[in-house]
Parts: sequence; C-alpha cells; structure tokens
Amino acid sequence: MFENLSQRFQDIIKKLTGKGKLSVEDVDAALKEVRIALLAADVHLSAVKAFSQNVREKAVAREILESLTPGQQVVKVVRDELTEMLGPGTGGITVSSYPNSLMLVGLQGSGKTTTCAKLARIFKKKGKSVLLVGLDLKRPAALDQLKYLAKQEGIPCFAEQGAGAQATTQKAQEYFRAHHFDLAILDTAGRLHTDSDLMAEVKAVQDTFRPAESILVLDATTGHVALSVAEEFKRWLDYDSIILTKMDGDARGGAALSCRYVTAKPIRYFGIGEKTDDLEPFYAERLASRILGMGDVLTLIEKAEEAFSLKQQEKVEQALLKEKINLSDFLEQMRGLGKMGDISGLLPSMPGLPQLAGAKLDEKMLKRWEAIILSMTLEERLYPEIINSSRKKRVSSGSGTSVQEVNILLKRFEQFKLMSKQVKKGVLPKFMRNIH
Amino acid sequence: MSWATKLKQTLAGLIARRTPLSSSQWEELQVLLLEGDLGPELAEQSLENLKASLERDATLEMALANLRAILLSLLPADEGLRLVNPPAAILFVGVNGTGKTTSIAKLAHSMREQGRRPLLVGADTFRAAAGEQLQQWATRLGLPFIGHEIGGDPSAVVFDAMEMAASRGLDPVLIDTAGRQHTTHNLMEELKKIKRVLGKKKAGEPQEVLLVLDANAGMNAIAQAQVFHETLGVTGLILAKFDSPARAGFLFSIARQWQLPTKFVGVGEKAENIRPFSAVEFLDQFLS
Repeated sequence: MFENLSQRFQDIIKKLTGKGKLSVEDVDAALKEVRIALLAADVHLSAVKAFSQNVREKAVAREILESLTPGQQVVKVVRDELTEMLGPGTGGITVSSYPNSLMLVGLQGSGKTTTCAKLARIFKKKGKSVLLVGLDLKRPAALDQLKYLAKQEGIPCFAEQGAGAQATTQKAQEYFRAHHFDLAILDTAGRLHTDSDLMAEVKAVQDTFRPAESILVLDATTGHVALSVAEEFKRWLDYDSIILTKMDGDARGGAALSCRYVTAKPIRYFGIGEKTDDLEPFYAERLASRILGMGDVLTLIEKAEEAFSLKQQEKVEQALLKEKINLSDFLEQMRGLGKMGDISGLLPSMPGLPQLAGAKLDEKMLKRWEAIILSMTLEERLYPEIINSSRKKRVSSGSGTSVQEVNILLKRFEQFKLMSKQVKKGVLPKFMRNIH
Repeated sequence: MSWATKLKQTLAGLIARRTPLSSSQWEELQVLLLEGDLGPELAEQSLENLKASLERDATLEMALANLRAILLSLLPADEGLRLVNPPAAILFVGVNGTGKTTSIAKLAHSMREQGRRPLLVGADTFRAAAGEQLQQWATRLGLPFIGHEIGGDPSAVVFDAMEMAASRGLDPVLIDTAGRQHTTHNLMEELKKIKRVLGKKKAGEPQEVLLVLDANAGMNAIAQAQVFHETLGVTGLILAKFDSPARAGFLFSIARQWQLPTKFVGVGEKAENIRPFSAVEFLDQFLS
C-alpha cells in the first residue's frame, strides 16, 4: 500500500536532504511536489492545501532552515504534520460499558458486512458475547453473507428478511436484550450519501440502538468524492469514527487524509484483506511513516530529532546541564555566543573558564570552528573521542583548516565539557542566565 | 459551490482579463480538474492543450467548448457488445465491491428485454453469499442461474455453464467472478485460468472481458485497469455507481492509455438502472 505516494515522497526527501542549506524557495519547490504527490494519491484539494500551508509555516522557520540538517528537519515537519493530520492514532475501538452496540454505515461496496464480521471477531476474542445484526434488507443476499460469516466465526446472528427496516430494527433490539448479549454489531444497508430516504432510515437505527460508536466504513481507494461522502454522512448522522477498508491493494489512501481533515473523526482500524482477522488497529504515526517510505525515512527523522532537540535548547543553561556534551552542542553554543557580539569581555569574569577566555573568541575563529565541526560526520560530532589522526586529516582538508586547528578545537571542546560539569555543580548558572 | 460553477467562474475570470494567463491562474484551473479525479498529469496536459487552442479574445463558451473537445477526443468511440456465434461468454471482473454482481443483473435484465435468454453464472466461490446474491437476482428476474458452493472451483462452474448454455440455448453467458484486489497474484492467476478454461471449452471465448469500476474511485482505478488489462486483456469497462456525485475523471486516463471503451454506466440499484455509455452524456455530467 501507498507505494506510489511513498515513492514520490522519497524522491522529494532525497532532493531536500541532499542540500546542506535550504532556502525558502527550496521549501516551496518541494512543497509544490508534495502537493502534486498528495493529489495523485486522491487526497482532496482542501486537505492538500491545509497540509501544505501547515508544513510551510513550520518549515520556513529560522531554526529549521539554519539547523545543521535543514532537509531532515523539513522532512520531520512533513512527517509530524502527516501524523497530526491522520491522528489521533487511537488503535482500535474501546467500548467502555456493556451492553452496547456498534453501528456501521457507508456507501455500497465499501466493505461494511465483512468489516462487521471482523469487528465481531475482535470483541469475541476480548471475551464479549457478540450479536451480529443484519439490517441491510436491500442488497440481495446481504443477510446471507452476514449469516455465513457469522457461522464461520461461531458468532450469533440476527438477520431476518420480511418486515420493513423499522420493524426489523425493533425486533433486533428485542432479540439482543432478551438474550443478554454484550455487544450488537449493526450492519446497515449501503447507500449513496445523496439518498435522503435511506439516510433517514439509518438515522432511525441509530436512534433505536444508540450505539457506543457509529462508524463510517470507507473504501481506501475512494477518489475526491470521499470528502463529500464523509461530510454528507455526517450531516445525517453524527458518526463517531472511521474504518478504512481495502488498504491491501495499492490504495493510495488519500481518502484517509481527506476524511480526517473534513470530519476530524478518528480512524479506528484499517482492513487489509478478506479474511476475518484482516483488520488492523490504526496508528497515525505508523501510517504516516509508512506513507513516507518506512525505515529509511524513519532513521533519517530519528537523526533529525536528535539534532533538533539539541537545537531547541537555545538556552545555554539547559544544554550545559545535559549529561553528555558533544560537538554538536558545542557548535550550537558557540553560535549562540557568536550572536551575542563581543564576548571576550564577559568570559574572564566566568569562574573556571580562564583558558577558554584566553582563546579570544572572535567571529572569525567561530566561523573556522563551525567549518571544522560541519566537516565531521554525525558520529564524530556525537562521539568526538573516535576522531583519530586520519579523521583529523580528513576533517581539516574538508574544512580548509589545518590539523593543528582541529586539535585546538578538540582541546577547547574538552574545556567546554569541563565547564559544563561545573555548571552542573552550580558554579555557573547565574552567569548563564545573565547573558540570556 | 459546485465544481462546475467554480470551473466556469475561473474560466470566465481568466478570459475576461484578456491577458496572457499567469501560471498561478493555470494552477487554479488544474486544481479544478483535479477535483474531478482527472489526475495531476492529465489535468496539466489538458490545460496545456486548452491554452494552445485558445485565441486571445476567446469567450468562456469557447473555452468550455474547447475543453470539452479536448476531453472528448480522449475517449474511444462508443461501441456496444460485439457478440457472435452463441453462446457467447462475457467475463465480469473487478476489485471487491465495485458492483460486478449488480451490473450483471442489470445487464441481464436489459438483454432479456431485448429478447435474449442470458445465463447468470456465479463463479465467485470466494466471498460469502456472493453466489446467493446473483441467484436472488436471477430468481427476481426469472432467469436461469448456475453456481457452486463456497470454496468450489470457479473454473468448473464456468465449464458447466457453457455446457448448460449450449444445451438449453441460452445466450449470452454472464460470468460473475470473485472481486479481488488486482495486487493479489493468486486470485489474478485464478482469473486467467477461468479465461483459459473458457477458451478451451469453446474457441474464441470469452468474447468480452468487462472490467467493472466504481465511479467513486480515484486514481486507483487506473492501476486496477492496468493490472486487469495486462493480465486478462480487458475489452471494455462498466462504470458502476455513477449516480453518485463523483465525476470519474479517471476514465479519461484509462481511455487514453489503453484505448479501453466504456460500454455501460450503472446509475442505481434497480434492474433497469443501467444504460449504454455515451461519451457526450458523460462529458455533460463531467462538465455540467
């Protein structure tokens, strides 16, 4: 599932992360591609626009574009927004009190009957006595299908043809009560959302049973019309949640994004096959990661998150209080100090920092230090102890400095670490607060 | 505001200005076509063509007429079913829930109205009660039906159906198959086998392989068409559930890529709710 969308996202991500520096224009160009990718995945235009706007707002922020890894940070913003849009990731349905009922509604062919059986199985496994109720009196043999599935699962089923929809609903409820079931799962007739008579009928079922949740069952391959389906059904009956079906094909799943956007109802499960155990609890974060192309991107984001959390600690204080200080921290702090202008006057007054002050922190030198650190791999920045002489050689030629300068930087870093330890002991906090 | 009203307004706005159109304005137009499920690529291409076709002083009517002509040119000429040498077999295929069984029932009904004696064949031995669904339709319509138990071999059903049709003078043979995701390899292989068995039983069969598509689908319909066509050699499409407000713009992409004609349109749940596809009517609805 989502192969097409993932592929497109991967291409976009490759372009973004391939650049050391990102401009606002770069972000806009990438977002244009994101928009087309989402549209090709059947996400409704209004949802696409909202998504792209949210991402842009966050992605063009200075702390993102000026971070060590702007491309990765933007990817992270995209992932977070996607999760936000798909979320909350509820992971299935929880019924808080019994006896109770669940009602499924949706268009014809969306997969209601099969989903009913799948849900029944889930609750049966939880030890509940479940009754499947067939209220689809319209489609020929819909009741037979439900009966067959019920029999296969060993679940009681109420499915009677004959009386009208309203009478059948009443009878079903009496049967449910008389036999003291825990949970009734109601299969209603598929209907077009534009058919007001049928919509009124399903509303009557809802009024009779007052289900714990009314659930809209939606085919994941639905196109742009998904938005109006979700909206129109909502106009008739305030359903509580959504189940997406047929995610086992190469469904682009855009409908998921559209529906969430327009209804803000949580997605509970998604169907991934025709067997009755093919229903998976929905987790927004997992799905977002899947859409973005799984593992590779995840690792990328994890790295970005690591760097981002460092960057967020704009307050020198906090960074210094961290257990383990690395070169990325050092770089951030130096940059922060650089922004404060001439700091050499301040430094000598810092107890415990004579050597660092003596090094004359001027703008030029900070630039060189920055170049050195940026020429290091992420691993080297996190674990400077691994930087041996051959690595030093590489870093110095990469940054246009000398091995000697790399050595000096590493020495300063050691002092920085020392300083941070003192901060932890409470020697420095007051000073650090003052400079901020 | 309806999709078409927006389209008209945008076009009118563009043309009233009588200035070269800016890229953002074209983007707006592209967006409008996208909402009709035309797909990003084809939407852009169509607009390029529209742009090229428009004079500087073109009116809204001219622009819409050109857009209509451009889209119309993508659709292959209308053709009905071409059935010869009875009994002719028609295989109905498609993913789950698109409306195969209902489409068959409706077609059978219209064929009987034309004085033919169709045989309904339930070769969907997979979905619970799929056979019953078609059987109930057969009973309702008073038409002969043949099917097997769930879990049976669909190829065997098809074989028996051809025998039955030949001996009882039934024609055509309308074969309902199990809905399957086009990405399920084994089930697609099963369809190939059904087709092979038909060909062995009687040369030249099935005469038509009709792919049933749900009008509510999005770009996924294109992928469905591709896989079913590559696997089975689809001869035509049925657009089901077109009474929905969906615009089914994916038909243009499918028509363009594989020259697959749409033969019928389903517009409701009653037996008579099916009609031959008309490109002109389809465009009326697409642009109405």
